[in-house]
Amino acid sequence: MTSFDAIIIGGGHNGLVAAATLAKAGRKVLVLEAAAEVGGAARTEDFAPGFRVSSIAHVLNRLHTDVIKTLELEKHGLQLARSDFMPSVALSTDGPPLVLHGAYGEVLTGSTPSEQAAWKELRAQLLRYAGVLKPFLSRRPPDLGGMSLKETAALGQTALALKKLGKEDMRDFLRVLLMNVADLLDEQLADTRLKGLLAFDATLGSHLGPRSPTSLLGLYYRLAGETGGAAGAQMLPKGGMGAVIAAIRAAAEKAGVTIRTATPVARIIVEKGRAVGVTLDSGEVLRAKAIVSAINPATTILDLVGPREVDTGFVRKVKNIRMKGDAAKLHLALDRPPQFTGVDAADHKGRLVVAPSPDHVERAFNPSKYGEFSPEPVMEITLPSLAGPSLAPAGACVLSAVVQYAPYALKEGWGTGKPKFLKAIMAQLETYAPGIGKSVLHAELLTPADIEANYRMPGGHWHHGELQADQMLMSRPVSGWSGYETPVEGLFLAGAGSHPGGGVSGAPGLNAAKRIIAMKG
Amino acid sequence: MAQATHKKPSAAKTNSIALARTAAQSHFRTLRLGTPFQPRLDALARTQDWYNWAGYRAPHSLWDEELEYFAIRSQAGLFDISPMTKYRIEGPDAEAFLDRVTLRDVTKLKPGRVHYTAWCDDEGFVLDDGTLFRLSSTHLRLCSQERHLPWLLDSAIGFEVTIEEETEAVAGLALQGPTSFAVLRDAGFAGVDKLKVFDLAEFPHDGGTVTISRTGFTGDLGYELFVPAEKALSLWDRLMTAGELRGIRAIGYTALNRARLEAGLIVANADFTTAEHAIRADRLRMPDEIGLGFMIDLAKGHFNGRRAIVEARAKRKLRYVLVGLEIEGNIPAEHAIVYHKKHQEVGLVSAAIWSPMAKRNIAIASLARPYGDTMVEDLWVEIYAMRELQYQKLMKRAKVVARPFIKLDRRTANPPADF
Repeated sequence: MTSFDAIIIGGGHNGLVAAATLAKAGRKVLVLEAAAEVGGAARTEDFAPGFRVSSIAHVLNRLHTDVIKTLELEKHGLQLARSDFMPSVALSTDGPPLVLHGAYGEVLTGSTPSEQAAWKELRAQLLRYAGVLKPFLSRRPPDLGGMSLKETAALGQTALALKKLGKEDMRDFLRVLLMNVADLLDEQLADTRLKGLLAFDATLGSHLGPRSPTSLLGLYYRLAGETGGAAGAQMLPKGGMGAVIAAIRAAAEKAGVTIRTATPVARIIVEKGRAVGVTLDSGEVLRAKAIVSAINPATTILDLVGPREVDTGFVRKVKNIRMKGDAAKLHLALDRPPQFTGVDAADHKGRLVVAPSPDHVERAFNPSKYGEFSPEPVMEITLPSLAGPSLAPAGACVLSAVVQYAPYALKEGWGTGKPKFLKAIMAQLETYAPGIGKSVLHAELLTPADIEANYRMPGGHWHHGELQADQMLMSRPVSGWSGYETPVEGLFLAGAGSHPGGGVSGAPGLNAAKRIIAMKG
Repeated sequence: MAQATHKKPSAAKTNSIALARTAAQSHFRTLRLGTPFQPRLDALARTQDWYNWAGYRAPHSLWDEELEYFAIRSQAGLFDISPMTKYRIEGPDAEAFLDRVTLRDVTKLKPGRVHYTAWCDDEGFVLDDGTLFRLSSTHLRLCSQERHLPWLLDSAIGFEVTIEEETEAVAGLALQGPTSFAVLRDAGFAGVDKLKVFDLAEFPHDGGTVTISRTGFTGDLGYELFVPAEKALSLWDRLMTAGELRGIRAIGYTALNRARLEAGLIVANADFTTAEHAIRADRLRMPDEIGLGFMIDLAKGHFNGRRAIVEARAKRKLRYVLVGLEIEGNIPAEHAIVYHKKHQEVGLVSAAIWSPMAKRNIAIASLARPYGDTMVEDLWVEIYAMRELQYQKLMKRAKVVARPFIKLDRRTANPPADF
């Protein structure tokens, strides 16, 4: 039997990044993936005959530079060209849309000169402030219990970065840090369409409305990501998100990683407080020095390890991780490309956002607090087949949209709720792209309940845990255990549930692998 | 019509909720609850010297604390332990559950046995100590000083076990002293002579059963009896009647406290601060820091605090030690500061008496390591003796000695002696 230094549970992008990084450092690594294909929520899959789509994650905006460099992803087929940066289009029912071009609105069109000036200033400020937080993402969170000299120095650098902002900016940074996004936008902007777009982006993927305290953090998190060296830039990977996975997989395999798909893990074997291996669903037992779980932290601890092998306080913390998804994913197979009113051909390749105003986003959020979906949902629409014709038959088109808000625990249940929600979404789409309903060949709506079932994401939450202030940094996945280790010696967490969090970044996987290497694990 | 019929039950329900609320409203008028034995205690309470034990009215003394103490050592003292927190833990995983929660190996605790144990939080700090009664393979009773239901329920995640607090439902008595066995035998508990130390068994009583264990908190021959609350008074009367010629006396806590100190036993939140009560970070204690290290069983499976305890031992992070002291003279050193070389503060006495049995001035103290651990020479206590409104400061030499301070053969003798 071949023995491995590390077994990675979960072949999502973070698992593959961790595997490749460890393998590059000389470890013998095995990746176990439950599904038939690697990639997790970043897969590109068939959803109708001849139609393919990026299943959950569809926009690339934060794949970490260190991941690209460490794994040499560009050598393995990853393409990140500035020309692929996609605009963000704030759709409008009255008049032409407002468009943010380049890397998150280097140029703003469709608004007044005074608003353009205001945006330029706000954008610069947002990027400055996000820049202070950015270094945290590529590092293990500070260990409050016993900080090493290196960690203290790194924290000192952040203090220095703060100081470099200057007195006024530093005060303002601290003032706005935990603000709600709506209030900040009202301070600086006038155009409700622009404010609606930013309010949507700040709350995308979280159980927050624009007026919920701390909602601005979501925007910082977004802008702390970069693509092709440009902060806030976003693109549709050619061939779908699966192409990114293919590049990471190629890097992993080149480094010598063994990948076994359709191999679900049943248990993590713990002996004398130490993780020593895994038992597969098939009953097969595999042993390794380090067990790295790149799946959900709650699943890892409560199901695979089991509460008996860890302390009560830790179980309490893990059970308290909030992870009820509030976003649905819509896939439409269309017989022809849709025409969004007032949007030109180039912008159809962009990110088309239905979020007419912060009020509209807030109103869409309100019912979700009480277990109901938004009657007028907000959404981020992409048409990936326009740039990647391989995704749809000739002349046809794929629409991929993230739709909010769709509470995981829908009061009436998704069985009856789903068709009603789809109807509400189609009504919204019809408003912005008249005639689209008639071109639908096939519609697939993934509610959080579906996402949970299909992608093994408890609560159907893409981030494997709400990405809010109380579940970030030293508190992710739980306080006291944010450094990728767990109370079970030899067991590490490397998924989106760990710091810095979700999105196709690879950062949790990379950070975890670096930690294991540093610990000589 | 349909509406009318719908309304009626809901109106009745509202009414019953209102009634229940009204009934509960005056709860604050009873500042301290009575135990099931309260009518008997009240009748005997000549000193009216009460204290608050976990919300119950419990006697410090009933008639004379000196004579109550001597009842324990030369007759039989009857002490109401009903306020002690009790949990009924039942289910196929009860053993595995308790093995994970507590320090000792519960798989070694056979049905019909009792052991003294303790339990810790994730950081290895002691949440409480208590006794675990194994009534059957799947039914156990955990008795403790503090309340722990949320902790126990959260600890039960992943175990097939039910946990119920039964403090109110189950009344308890401790019958302690040389004649305690004879009292029970004379009361008609046939077969009670078979009980060895830490054994328990059920005996018929008043149409039901009473659980009797040969356990106690005095270091003496003694028993503890647990009975459904509604059978409490008949049990009391049965014992008092049988014990009349054996010198049975109801006693209060002051007497018991002396006896337990002689036996070298510690009391949670008197000799150490339990983890959930401690506000100051340096008040938390690991088992090794309060003399409970012997309970830790690293050979068994995972238990709460294991990782932290192993790490603290390996990295020598244990900061305190609990010791028995023998102090020169005869003035009790209660809450005296302990010094090294008469000037460096190294700890505090948490309990102290002149021991009538040991004929020694004894104390339990917590010291900062290495004092009391590897450095045991030249220790002193500073006693403030009040002499007619003036403190007389006494610096007395203290010697670290083994606990218990007294060892009575009758405690463990089999069969128990008939006095």
